[in-house]
Amino acid sequence: MIEFKDVSKTFATEKGNVTAIKDVNMKIEDGEIFGIVGYSGAGKTTLIRMLNGLETPTTGVVEVNGTKISELDRNALRKKRHKIGMIFQHFNLLWSRTVRKNIEFPLEIAKISKADRQKKAEELIKLVGLEGKEDAYPSELSGGQKQRVGVARALANDPEILLSDEATSALDPQTTDEVLDLLMDINKRLGITIVLITHEMHVIRKICEHVAVLDGGKIIESGQVLDVFKHPQQPITKRFVYSEAAPSPEDTNVVVEQLLKEYPNGKIIQLTFHGNQANLPIVSEIIHKFPKIRISIIEGNIHQTHEGAIGSLFLQLIGDEGDINGALDYLKTMRVETEVIEHGR
Amino acid sequence: MGGSTGYFEFNTVDWNQMWSATWETIWMTIVSIVAVAILGYFIGLLLFETSGSTNLVVRIINWIVALFVNVFRSIPFIILIVLLLPFTKNVVGTIIGPVAALPSLIISAAPFYGRMVELAFHEIDRGVLEASNAMGASQWQIITKVLLPESLPALISGITVTTISLIGYTAMAGAIGAGGLGNLAYQEGFESSNNTVTLVATVIIVIIVFAFQFLGDFATRKVDKRVL
Ligand SMILES: Nc1ncnc2c1ncn2[C@@H]1O[C@H](COP(=O)(O)OP(=O)(O)OP(=O)(O)O)[C@@H](O)[C@H]1O
Ligand SMILES: [Mg+2]
Repeated sequence: MIEFKDVSKTFATEKGNVTAIKDVNMKIEDGEIFGIVGYSGAGKTTLIRMLNGLETPTTGVVEVNGTKISELDRNALRKKRHKIGMIFQHFNLLWSRTVRKNIEFPLEIAKISKADRQKKAEELIKLVGLEGKEDAYPSELSGGQKQRVGVARALANDPEILLSDEATSALDPQTTDEVLDLLMDINKRLGITIVLITHEMHVIRKICEHVAVLDGGKIIESGQVLDVFKHPQQPITKRFVYSEAAPSPEDTNVVVEQLLKEYPNGKIIQLTFHGNQANLPIVSEIIHKFPKIRISIIEGNIHQTHEGAIGSLFLQLIGDEGDINGALDYLKTMRVETEVIEHGR
Repeated sequence: MGGSTGYFEFNTVDWNQMWSATWETIWMTIVSIVAVAILGYFIGLLLFETSGSTNLVVRIINWIVALFVNVFRSIPFIILIVLLLPFTKNVVGTIIGPVAALPSLIISAAPFYGRMVELAFHEIDRGVLEASNAMGASQWQIITKVLLPESLPALISGITVTTISLIGYTAMAGAIGAGGLGNLAYQEGFESSNNTVTLVATVIIVIIVFAFQFLGDFATRKVDKRVL
């Protein structure tokens, strides 16, 4: 478990003191993916760097699995850092080393024998899907591939936690998704705790279970990602949640799993409307045509995007198979995007 | 001094003397460049590691090394040789011959190269150093596994530039008795007015410079994996 207790950090600069972190109290459970979101200058980097001692709190305590990071001496801190992986926005790979050698780098630092290094590198290359690229240099890789090397390197010493500082911010949307999927996969398979910071809310929504919103060095809101998305309290949080255009908030595994848990009966479908389709009286039409189906509205929303309004509506349909399939066919004729929500989407 | 001879009277050239002078020049260059590379590397490392510190002792060390570097870089080579004559006599035992040229060659070029090394280290991506720290690398590991390999192209092209100016210095040192092609050109070419010797010595020096330049460029390209 990771714990911040009354942590503050003040930098002394030529222009006076800058308080980057103020009275942060926070707990991160083992094995979860915890997101910290905030605008530029909010103090995210400063906060995450305290976890591996790259930054020391001015007051307060940072504990990782019971160890107070700021109380470790140099040697102990270096040992601890072997067990805390970190990935970066600009990857920070050594250009002079091949993929394989970059992944072996932290193992060399931890003085692992050559045979063990090679074996571990081999495993990690498979884990992150870089087979065939072992002997390529970073300059021969795409951004997404570089970040895969970054992830593999961060995992080399079997860390207890993985820190991610804007690891997807330099990547295009599709590559971002790939890397996020990889992180999720690693979290599931290895049970490793991931702390990630980002200024992009969709990153949080896609993979995090808990989120903390950081502003001016303070945590202004935190909780389950789903709750924060549904009921943002603070104006800044609202801005984060609403600023997000496509893809719509429902497009996440967490939300889907949650819905399926909450509504085990019948079928859950998601309707997506674009522009003035939102004006069609679809729900009343279905009720009219298929009176035996019970319909509950689970949730709905409309986002303004640069391409016009996008609305989505989640419905739970309870009734017999035939009627529900009939309703689905009917929806298809209405030119409304319809998706049946299922496990493992 | 008799009348000047022409430039192409090759039968007047003592080739044995020419080859041994060539060999002396190459020998002086290689021995001093090895010493300069090692010394310069440590000077650069010291400058780099002590820069930007808030610790007073470290800052004083940085200041002293930087002062030493700047002073020795600004002394013209020909004056440095004269200045170092007592030192050379003490260390080498003589002030004549190729070995006697080494102290001045090394002392003049090492600070010059030291600065290049420092610059090369400063050009390394800060993020890579940060990542290494985050992985728990010791200072020694960072020096050997990050600073050296990640700055290698700049270190090699720096040593190439330094070598070429060193070849120039050996010729200058030769003129005041250190041997080598510079000495030969001065003694035979100038004092005995044998222009052919001067020309041949010049051509050989140019070939040596080109050879080192070619080797240096080739090695730099070979190790640089940033653009493929
Ligand atoms: N070493 C430092 N010295 C002085 N001030 C600093 C230092 N590091 C950070 N700060 C200040 O602390 C505040 C928080 O910085 P931090 O880098 O943690 O923000 P961030 O949320 O990561 O921003 P971004 O999204 O731009 O990366 C900023 O006002 C910054 O100027
Ligand atoms: Mg940051």
